[in-house]
Amino acid sequence: MSGTVRFVLGSELRELSDVRPTQTVLEYLRTVEKRCGTKEGCAEGDCGACTVALGEPDEAGEMHYRAVNACIQFVPTLHGRHLITIEDLRQADGSLHPAQEAMVRTHGSQCGFCTPGFVMSLYARYRTGEPPDAAETDDLLAGNLCRCTGYGPIIASAQQMFELPEPQAIACEQPEVIEALREDSDATGLELRGGAQSYYAPQTADGLASLLLEHPDATILAGGTDVGLWVTKLHRDLECVIYIGDVSDLKAVQQTQRGLEIPAAATYADAHDAVGKHYPDFGELIRRIGSTQIRNLGTVCGNVANGSPIGDMPPALIALGATLVLRKGKERREMPVEEFFVEYGVQAIEPGEFVERIILPLDGQKLFKAYKISKRFDQDISAVCAAFSLDLDDGNTVREARICYGGMAGVPKRAEHAEAALQGKPLELDAVKAAMAAMASDFTPMTDMRASAEYRMRVAQNLLMKCYLETQPGTQPIRLAGSAGIKP
Amino acid sequence: MTSAPATNENIRGAVHTSSIHDSSHKHVAGTAVYIDDIPELPGTLQVYIAMSTRPHARLASLDLAPVRSAPGVACVLSAADVPGINDASPVMGDDPVFAETEVCYVGQSIFAVAAPSIDEARAAAGLAVIEYEDLEAYLTVDEALAAKSFVLPQMKMKLGDAAQALETAPNRHSGRMRIGGQDHFYLEGQVAYAVPGEDADVHVYSSTQHPSEVQHNVAKVLGVPDHAVTVELRRMGGGFGGKESQPALMAAIAALVVRNTGRPAKVRLDRDDDMEMTGKRHDFVIEHDVAYDDDGVIQGIEFMQAARCGMSADLSGAICDRAMFHSDNCYYLQNATITSHRCKTHTVSNTAFRGFGGPQGMVAIERVMDEIALQTGRDPLDVRKANLYGTGDRNVTPYHMTVEDNVAPELIEELETSSNYRARRATIREYNAAGNILKKGIALTPVKFGISFTNTFLNQAGALVHVYKDGSVHLNHGGTEMGQGLFVKVAQVVAQEFQIDIERVKITSTTTAKVPNTSATAASSGSDLNGMAAQAAARTIKERLIQHAIDAHNVPREQIVFLPNRVRIGNEEMSFADLVNEAYMARVSLSATGFYKTPKIHWDPMTGRGRPFYYFAYGAAVSEVIVDTLTGENRVTRVDILHDAGQSLNPAIDLGQIEGGFIQGMGWLTTEELWWNDAGRLMTHAPSTYKIPACSDRPDDFRIAIWDKGRNVEDTIYRSKAIGEPPLMLAISVLSALTDAVASVGGYKLLPDLDAPATPERLLAAISGLKARAAS
Ligand code: FES
Ligand code: FES
Repeated sequence: MSGTVRFVLGSELRELSDVRPTQTVLEYLRTVEKRCGTKEGCAEGDCGACTVALGEPDEAGEMHYRAVNACIQFVPTLHGRHLITIEDLRQADGSLHPAQEAMVRTHGSQCGFCTPGFVMSLYARYRTGEPPDAAETDDLLAGNLCRCTGYGPIIASAQQMFELPEPQAIACEQPEVIEALREDSDATGLELRGGAQSYYAPQTADGLASLLLEHPDATILAGGTDVGLWVTKLHRDLECVIYIGDVSDLKAVQQTQRGLEIPAAATYADAHDAVGKHYPDFGELIRRIGSTQIRNLGTVCGNVANGSPIGDMPPALIALGATLVLRKGKERREMPVEEFFVEYGVQAIEPGEFVERIILPLDGQKLFKAYKISKRFDQDISAVCAAFSLDLDDGNTVREARICYGGMAGVPKRAEHAEAALQGKPLELDAVKAAMAAMASDFTPMTDMRASAEYRMRVAQNLLMKCYLETQPGTQPIRLAGSAGIKP
Repeated sequence: MTSAPATNENIRGAVHTSSIHDSSHKHVAGTAVYIDDIPELPGTLQVYIAMSTRPHARLASLDLAPVRSAPGVACVLSAADVPGINDASPVMGDDPVFAETEVCYVGQSIFAVAAPSIDEARAAAGLAVIEYEDLEAYLTVDEALAAKSFVLPQMKMKLGDAAQALETAPNRHSGRMRIGGQDHFYLEGQVAYAVPGEDADVHVYSSTQHPSEVQHNVAKVLGVPDHAVTVELRRMGGGFGGKESQPALMAAIAALVVRNTGRPAKVRLDRDDDMEMTGKRHDFVIEHDVAYDDDGVIQGIEFMQAARCGMSADLSGAICDRAMFHSDNCYYLQNATITSHRCKTHTVSNTAFRGFGGPQGMVAIERVMDEIALQTGRDPLDVRKANLYGTGDRNVTPYHMTVEDNVAPELIEELETSSNYRARRATIREYNAAGNILKKGIALTPVKFGISFTNTFLNQAGALVHVYKDGSVHLNHGGTEMGQGLFVKVAQVVAQEFQIDIERVKITSTTTAKVPNTSATAASSGSDLNGMAAQAAARTIKERLIQHAIDAHNVPREQIVFLPNRVRIGNEEMSFADLVNEAYMARVSLSATGFYKTPKIHWDPMTGRGRPFYYFAYGAAVSEVIVDTLTGENRVTRVDILHDAGQSLNPAIDLGQIEGGFIQGMGWLTTEELWWNDAGRLMTHAPSTYKIPACSDRPDDFRIAIWDKGRNVEDTIYRSKAIGEPPLMLAISVLSALTDAVASVGGYKLLPDLDAPATPERLLAAISGLKARAAS
């Protein structure tokens, strides 16, 4: 394995052999590179002030650029990638990039502290060549907070930048700058040691499995949207980190006979389209799990593996009867996703084992609805997340109801009493009301900063009513959460 | 829209044009320098401030020996290490830099550690052994009221005889409301970088709206004269009031480290520490008892306002005063008694925030309007209109100031028409009658906001202008730039005076070394005060240039005219630069200070009478919302704003203030919830848990107009009006629209119990409560 982190910063190759494995990209940029245009507003992936563009080659070697949060990325994860920051956007003649020029013309900056982050989100979009519509603009910018402007001028910039003359000869966009990365397709992966810390980035699932046998207590790092915060917020020293973002055979979401197979390194963005095509509400849940930047980093499997009771993937996966594939060395075992969650803080996983993939059954017959309740629509954590999967016979009788909630207990949990109240009944108001009442026996939610216990219970019950109402013929849509976003 | 090009007829960047923000190119390029971007000098230490974990406790013992011996630690400072006075407060001397014998809130500074890296400093701080003996803690307004725990004495304002009116009026209602606080969430957190100078001097780069106060506090803490301390900043990454009194603590600690080590030192709070350690908008409990006639015209009203000030006075006195000053908003209260309690709690000391108490006072009276409308069955807009101040009569405020510039009736009329309010309201009523799960609401609310610091002496400002031999200009004044566009506005004023393109005017950092004894850039006063001071300085120099031209060219004064980038002297024209150079050769001074103090104002807190405000800024907004009655989720779907900016100095900048202020106010009243646990710890201390509006929360249909009839009746800078704070209160229309939507489930008969912020949870509770009341 190689001990040097190689990546391109702007138009220059960087080779770092003496790097602290958990140093964040943001800290590196500001203190080592003295690129102070990238700002820190929160150090937890929620404000977007640190947004940078990251290019990653696909299997064909084609680079794809995405906006990501530098504050929760560790430097070694840049290996083999192309990092572009606000300082790189100037054209050869020194003039501004259209994403920047549009922000000037629309009066899109006031204090200016959020501005470089917005520009980088806009820039990543600009490179796709597709002007966003209104809903896509909201989604594009959901991960960038601005306290000054009220967003109007920035929204206008997302359109205007496409109307400006195309930029000329930006150094970091010249094809030759990434040549250096191609030369180095050493397939053995990265291995670093810095003081008491070690870091591994295997390139195959087999490599990952055997590394985990050697280091059963290692921290598995995927998008860093959770683990990054252990470092920036909890100030934990991670002794051994195994990064799975370079594992090429665990990235692609595939449709097989068993359903959709979502492997460990597949990000929310990777999974969104395929999942949303079959289950639109699940797609929307993925969209709302976090900002564009977060979805570009975080993984579906990670949202299960971290065991959180308020992740948004588990309720939907459990309601749909998804299966988890756990792997240890060469051994694999499977379990329903719900069995993974034993109790708060305890998951059914052994040292050296990892979540290799999730298999989501595709059953077009079932009625599937999902809802997320939070204080803010975008980029917020659920107070309550609800998923309903109803199997109805021709007579509208409930053959099977699978109802799962997040935020109602120490683990994502099915509403068994409510399910039972619906089972075998026609899906009508009486049965729904009975199921709502039965839910009181299913949960004893808690009060915290996101919601009180009373609200959680009431809204959990009401969401079942909403699900019912939304299945009635001729019903108007009764949701206020934006749904366009990234297209299925 | 950038500045119009210069022509023979116009300069670039004249007043009343939409010049771009002076730093916008640097903002978008990432080259605008904030304090944390200043290259650090070798040997710079990073400072971590260790905070109390208890709301109220005696510090039984504090063992810092393990901290001192931790790796990398250069110095550890606590109260005993303060050579001067252990206080970083703005007024009252009650904000210790480091806790002494007692801690009074979770997050209070106890000691500081300096090390080469923040990680080392933080890790070392964790080794301290602290023993607390817990004392009784009051965490809420109610607990403080019950215990009679106050930071300052109660205040009263009285107009007429409210008690009598309440007894005799045909209709009377009373109620109680909680209005939540708000974190500033400036994107750039608190930061100070202190660098040692000669003697005992220290130069502090501080992200502050109030450099003079930071200077004074640093000097006080170090025990040196003010002249030994220079405070400087080019810009802040947002302030909103949160960098008025709060930065003194960070600056003082950085300076103390400099003093103890001789090395440069930086204090930069991370987001969580910032949110736990620094003050916020005051949350209030407001009770009202109102009497009105059958048309809904208020006959008399009593307000009891109780603010959670936190553990010290900070600026709470003036903030609570301003809440009282705005309990009338645009309405004539004829018989009013307003009582204000300034509650002392064991929580962070609350502080200035855009609107400075005004918004809380205004929310309460707007709720009263909604209540009267529901009780009388009238359109809330008609009730509001019926209660507006008159122009010739019915125009005395509860603090006995006559409203002389009332444009509210005219402006409201115009907005009512342009927003199509009546027809939309009718459509909404129909929609709601159809029995949908989603309910809509609409409301028009006005704003009248008093402009001036209510502490009269603060209404002064200074500026310093140099004209160099080449005709370029160096501009400096006491105001600070936090994104509001103050610098470009003042530069426009100077460009206008000299008739030179704005690029010829260099905007420079605020520093206490150039303009001393400044007031905070606050109270929306920035361009009113500093614009006038800069104009005065420019006029002094201009007058010298004119005098020189009269003498040297032998022409009468009337024949000297400043044209764009040139001057006509008699029959000849010369460039501005040539005239300047000529004056220099003739030994004319080309540097001047300027000074301004606001005329006409006075206020006597003892009698509750005076004219605290030079003038009022006005505006109005119509908001339309939609609410999900199953979940309480909601959206603001359309907003129409008409705002009076006087004759705007810079319409683009002012539109930005209106939009940004509105969205910030909307956040305050909807999603932004501060939540403390029972142990007194703020649990919403980062953007993951504290939710300011995001892009999609902006109403899809958002129509903002600056009132084209706007003109300040007072002689302000180019007849413009202050713009920083007033638009925030336009967002009260959102709360009223939500109230309207919820009221529909009770058949528009009852006032929903809806406190602020109206989170989905509070809305759902209000809906359920109203359904239950309507059924019984
Ligand atoms: S600093 Fe806020 S998202 Fe990275
Ligand atoms: S311009 Fe200040 S936060 Fe966006």
